[in-house]
Amino acid sequence: MANKPKTTDRERDGVTRRGFISTVGAGALGAATVGTSRAEAVPEITAPEAMVQIGLTINGRIHRLLVEPRWTLLFTLRERLGLTGTKVGCERGECGACTVLINGQPRYACMTLAVEAEGSQITTIEGLMDGEALGDVQQAFVNEDAFQCGYCTPGQIMAAEGLLQANPSPSTEEIRKGMSGNLCRCAAYHHIVRAVDSAADGRREGDDR
Amino acid sequence: MFPRFSHARPTDLQAALALLEQASGRIHAGGTDLLGCLHDGVLTADTLVSLSNIAELKGISPSTENGLRIGAMTPIGAVAAHAGIRSTYSALAQAASVVANPPLRSQGTLGGNLCQKTRCWYYRGDFPCLRKGGDHCFAFEGENQHHAIFGGEGCYMVHPSDTAPALAALGATCRISGGGSSRSVPVDQFLMPALVDPQRETVLEPTEILTEILLPPAPPGLRSSYRKIRSRQAWDFALAGVALALQFDGNVVRSARVFLSGAAPMPWRAQGAEAVITGNSLNAQTITKAAAAAVEGAEPLQHNGAKVALFEGLVAESLETMG
Repeated sequence: MANKPKTTDRERDGVTRRGFISTVGAGALGAATVGTSRAEAVPEITAPEAMVQIGLTINGRIHRLLVEPRWTLLFTLRERLGLTGTKVGCERGECGACTVLINGQPRYACMTLAVEAEGSQITTIEGLMDGEALGDVQQAFVNEDAFQCGYCTPGQIMAAEGLLQANPSPSTEEIRKGMSGNLCRCAAYHHIVRAVDSAADGRREGDDR
Repeated sequence: MFPRFSHARPTDLQAALALLEQASGRIHAGGTDLLGCLHDGVLTADTLVSLSNIAELKGISPSTENGLRIGAMTPIGAVAAHAGIRSTYSALAQAASVVANPPLRSQGTLGGNLCQKTRCWYYRGDFPCLRKGGDHCFAFEGENQHHAIFGGEGCYMVHPSDTAPALAALGATCRISGGGSSRSVPVDQFLMPALVDPQRETVLEPTEILTEILLPPAPPGLRSSYRKIRSRQAWDFALAGVALALQFDGNVVRSARVFLSGAAPMPWRAQGAEAVITGNSLNAQTITKAAAAAVEGAEPLQHNGAKVALFEGLVAESLETMG
């Protein structure tokens, strides 16, 4: 719905550096108890401030790390793993800047808890690169000038990648619908649709060779 | 960053139920609505009990009654893409395919879509409204362009689900587990009227879990559809929507179920329209009368009078497409 009244005093209690260090310290103890409870029928509920140990498979590599249950995948990717290609936008599932692939499907990293992503294959924009070379969808966005400020672009490219994995030959209408979860405030939509179309063409030509 | 909470991710239903008993937790299904509510402070949670690792709650398979069983944790996108649902229960496939957008459909679940909170801007904003323990509905005399034209008793929200009206039209049933037993509730009785309990959207007890949705076998001659009108063409909730499930005998409609979305605090059964259609063929006269009957008795608020004409046109168009 449009015209929402703004929340004036929304609490945005980000993790402070001091608080972060103290929770990491506390987490080592908490994690030790978690590990043993996993195999039991009813898993133990960890204390809210405790850190839990998880393994995240990101761009084909397993990262083992301690996380707070409340950490989103977005926060964890950027602030714990340094994968800053995934962008912070609305943090409430309304813009798509944080889109990543989870098991090949586009998902909002801001609406996914890190603890919920365990056991899934996660692909970020960094995972589309081949060394320093751009992936084909990235290159198509450059070729078609499919951005202005570029902030939404990593999310747009991940949405396009997910769309093309599911549907290698999307129609213009299918591209528009497939990309509808990603907003571009610069409104580069026409160019974005063209870039996705061009990336699809490129893949089909590649297959024909 | 969300306020702190504990989190558990059991691998079977009994463990999840046990956790709900001991921890009075909130259920995390896909998380798309829950996390938004936690982010905005609409809800608080000490403990999240996630159902995402419970295989038995996912998937679509034939039911023992020759219908279809859909696990409550099945992603909405999987419901939209399922060949059997697309061919036999079109209303559900069409409804699922217009929920939100691709990322939210691959994360959000069918069960979660039935259990989601209202998008009313007063509920989501800093207003102590009836649903949050306050004493009145701010929409009644406030900004109510998107609000109810039917069934507003105390609360004038509209239920945001697209799949609920489709499932209600198709006569689907919710299976619920908890408290050592399980029970069945028809989808059209799954949501809680505000007059009974404004602080609960569904009939679920705090220790219960919606486990599956059962579609009855499709009767011969069943045709169904769902269509919604949005303020923009993609990624929006229904301003007005209609789910139809009609059983045809030749050209004549033998039985009809018509449910509106975006009209009331729950999928609104348009019994007047059903009565006009039943026993008739869908000719122009029947359609005009049925569309008028669908909005008879509507009580629009100050700013949503347009919805009455919108629904009338939508019902007429949907019936024309079906005939």
